[in-house]
Amino acid sequence: MINKQDKQVLSGTHFWQGDIACAEGAIAAGCRFFAGYPITPASEITEHMAKRLPEVGGIYVQMEDEIASISAVIGASWGGLKAMTATSGPGFSLMQENIGYACMTETPCVIVDIQRVGPSTGQATKAAQGDVMQARWGTHGDHEVIVLSPNSPQEMFDLTIRAFNLSELYRVPVIILADEIIGHMWEKVHVPPPEKIEIYNRKKPSSFSEPVFGGVGETEIPPMPRIGDGYNLLITGSTHDKYGYRKTVDPEVHRKLVTRIVNKIRKNAEKIIDVEIQNIENADIGIVSFGCTSRSVYDAIELAGREGITVGHVRLRTIWPFPEKIVRKLAEKVNFILVPEMNLGQLVYEVERVAGCEAHVKAISKIGGGEMITPEEILSEIKRFLRRRAV
Amino acid sequence: MTNKHFALKFLREEVLPTAFCPGCGNGIVINCFLKALEETGSRDLSNFAFVSGIGCAAWCVSPYFRSDSLHTTHGRPIAFASGLKLARPELNVVVISGDGDLVGIGGNHLIHAARRNIDLFVICINNLNYGMTGGQVGPTTLHGVTTTTTPYGNPEYPFDLVRLVESAGANFVARWTTVHVRQLIRSIKKALKKEGFRFIEVVSQCPTAFGRRIGKPTGIDLMKWFQKQSIHINQAQNVKETEDKIIVGEFADRDRPGFISNIYKIIRLVRENNDKN
Ligand SMILES: Cc1ncc(C[n+]2csc(CCOP(=O)(O)OP(=O)(O)O)c2C)c(N)n1
Ligand code: SF4
Repeated sequence: MINKQDKQVLSGTHFWQGDIACAEGAIAAGCRFFAGYPITPASEITEHMAKRLPEVGGIYVQMEDEIASISAVIGASWGGLKAMTATSGPGFSLMQENIGYACMTETPCVIVDIQRVGPSTGQATKAAQGDVMQARWGTHGDHEVIVLSPNSPQEMFDLTIRAFNLSELYRVPVIILADEIIGHMWEKVHVPPPEKIEIYNRKKPSSFSEPVFGGVGETEIPPMPRIGDGYNLLITGSTHDKYGYRKTVDPEVHRKLVTRIVNKIRKNAEKIIDVEIQNIENADIGIVSFGCTSRSVYDAIELAGREGITVGHVRLRTIWPFPEKIVRKLAEKVNFILVPEMNLGQLVYEVERVAGCEAHVKAISKIGGGEMITPEEILSEIKRFLRRRAV
Repeated sequence: MTNKHFALKFLREEVLPTAFCPGCGNGIVINCFLKALEETGSRDLSNFAFVSGIGCAAWCVSPYFRSDSLHTTHGRPIAFASGLKLARPELNVVVISGDGDLVGIGGNHLIHAARRNIDLFVICINNLNYGMTGGQVGPTTLHGVTTTTTPYGNPEYPFDLVRLVESAGANFVARWTTVHVRQLIRSIKKALKKEGFRFIEVVSQCPTAFGRRIGKPTGIDLMKWFQKQSIHINQAQNVKETEDKIIVGEFADRDRPGFISNIYKIIRLVRENNDKN
C-alpha cells in the first residue's frame, strides 16, 4: 500500500526522463506550488507537476504567461510554500524582471530553464547552452543568483533538491540551467529513502519585531515569516530598510541593502560551489565544462588517455557563483584550457577572466540543430593545442 | 482626549501623512475601503493581505495599511496575488492598484484572473492616465484628450473596464466614481462577502498629472465633472458612446464557484482516490 510519505519521495530506482526527475526532485524537496506555462522542452515538468502535486496536497496552476508564472511563484513563496516554475529561453526572458524582484525581496524560489536554441524562437526543439549569461545577468541592476547545472537525469533530481535547499537557506532565487538533451534524456535515477534526503526550510523570525530584510551580518540571512501570520509585512521591490519601508532616495539604505544581498552569496560562495574534478594534478591540458557537453568531455578524456594525454577537467555543477578558485588552480597547472559550450562563447569569458595570464583559454563552440560537441571534436582540439605547445 | 479618526486603527500612523498630491482621489478610495470594513465590524486587517503594483494608486496599501502588503512589479499584482491566495486560501487577498498597472501593462492578468474566477477582490483606481510617471496617455484615457504623450489629442479609444471584466467571467463587477462614496462603500461590502473574482473600478481624480492638462486643475473640478458625466446603469440605455458618460452601478453579481474551491475540490478527490488505492 502506498502511504502519503511514499507519495512524496518515490524511493527506489527508476527509469526517468530528466524533466520528470526534476519534478520528482522538487516534490521530494517539499515543493508544494508550481505555476507554469507550456514550452518545449520544459513542458514535461509542467505536466508531471500537474499530475503529481495534487497527490501530495500541493497546488498546480497554469498561468497565462511566464510573467504571471514567476509572479504567482513569488506570491506563493510569501504564502509559505516552496514554489517552482519551469520554462525555456523565451519564457526565461519574460521572467527576468520578477527574478530581480525575488532577489530584491529575498524570496526563495526555483526557476528551471531547459535551454533550447535561441535567440528568439530559434530552434524550439533543439538543445543549446546559450542562457549562461542570461541566467547570471538577465535581470537589471546589481544582484546575485545561484545557478546549478545538471548533466544527467540523476542530477536533475539531486540538484533540484539542492536548488530548493539553497534557495531556502539564502533566500534567493535559484536557477536550474539544464538543456534539452538532459531534460529529455532517459536514464536510471536512484531516489533515496526520505530520511537520507537532507531538507532545509527557511528560518522563521523569533519575534514580531525582528527585522526580516536586514539587521544581520553580511554573510547571514534574515529570517522569513509568511504573509498572514500577523507580522504586518511590507514587501517591496523598491529599495527598503530592514523593516521593509521604502527608501527610494537614500543612498546609504540602497548601498546597505544591495551590498548585503550580493555579499550573502559572494561571501558564502565556497559553501555553495559544487564541482566535479578529474585529473587536475597531473594534467597536460585542461577543460572546463557544464551540462550536456560535459558528457562528451568524459569520453574525450578517455580517448585522450588512450593516446597518453591526461586531461584535467572541472565540470561545473554550480555555474554561478563561478568556481573561481578551482578554475584558477587548473590554470596554474596547465598551459591550455578548452571550454566547450553549445553557444558562440559565454562561459569561456569567465574562465578567461579567472585564468588571467596563467593559461591560454579557448572556446569550442557549436550551435544549431541541437548537435552536441562530439568527443572527437574535443579530442582533435586537445591535440591541436598540445601540438602547438610542442612547436 | 479627542476621538481618533476611525480609519487610523487600520493605518500605519508613523508614515502619515500620505505622499499623495493635494486633491488626489486615492485618499477617498482608502477611506471608502476602510469604512466598509468598519461597518462590517472589522477592527484590524489581520485576515487580509494586500497586493499592489507600481504607480500612485499602488501606494494606498503600501505602506499605509497596517497589514501585510506585497508591493510588486508594474502590472503584475493580480498574478502575485493569485499565487498568494492559492497558498493561503484562508486570507482575504485584496489588490488595490491603478488603471495603467492593472489594465495597461497588466491587462492580460486581469482578464485571465476574471476568467478563472479566482477568489481575489480587485479595486482599480482609474485616474484616466499614468499618474506617477507624469500624465501619459493610458488605456483608459478618453478619445481626443491631450496628455504628455498625446500632445495633439488621443487618437485611441479607452477600454470599458467593467464590461471587459464582466465578459471575462468575474463574479462581481461594479463601477463608481470618487463622488459616489456611499454607493462605493456598499459595493465594497457586498464584494467582500462574495467568493470568486470581484472587481470594482473607481473613477478617480488626478489633478496633478491629468486635470491640469484638460482644464480641470483641482480635485474638485474633476469631481464636479465626474458628477456631471455619471449616469446610473439603470438609466443608461440610450447613452451614446460619444457622450463620454461614466456609467456607474453594479454590472455583474453572480455566484459561480471560485477557483479556490474548484482547485481544492480536485486536490481532495485525488487524495481520496490515492488513499483508496
Ligand atoms: C515595467 C515597467 N514599465 C514602466 C514603469 C514605469 N511606471 C511606473 S508607475 C507607471 C504608471 C502607473 O500608472 P497607473 O497604474 O495608472 O497608476 P497611477 O500612478 O496613475 O495611480 C509606470 C508606467 C515601471 N515601473 N515598470
Ligand atoms: S500624480 Fe495624480 S494620482 Fe499621483 S498622487 Fe498626484 S494626484 Fe494622485
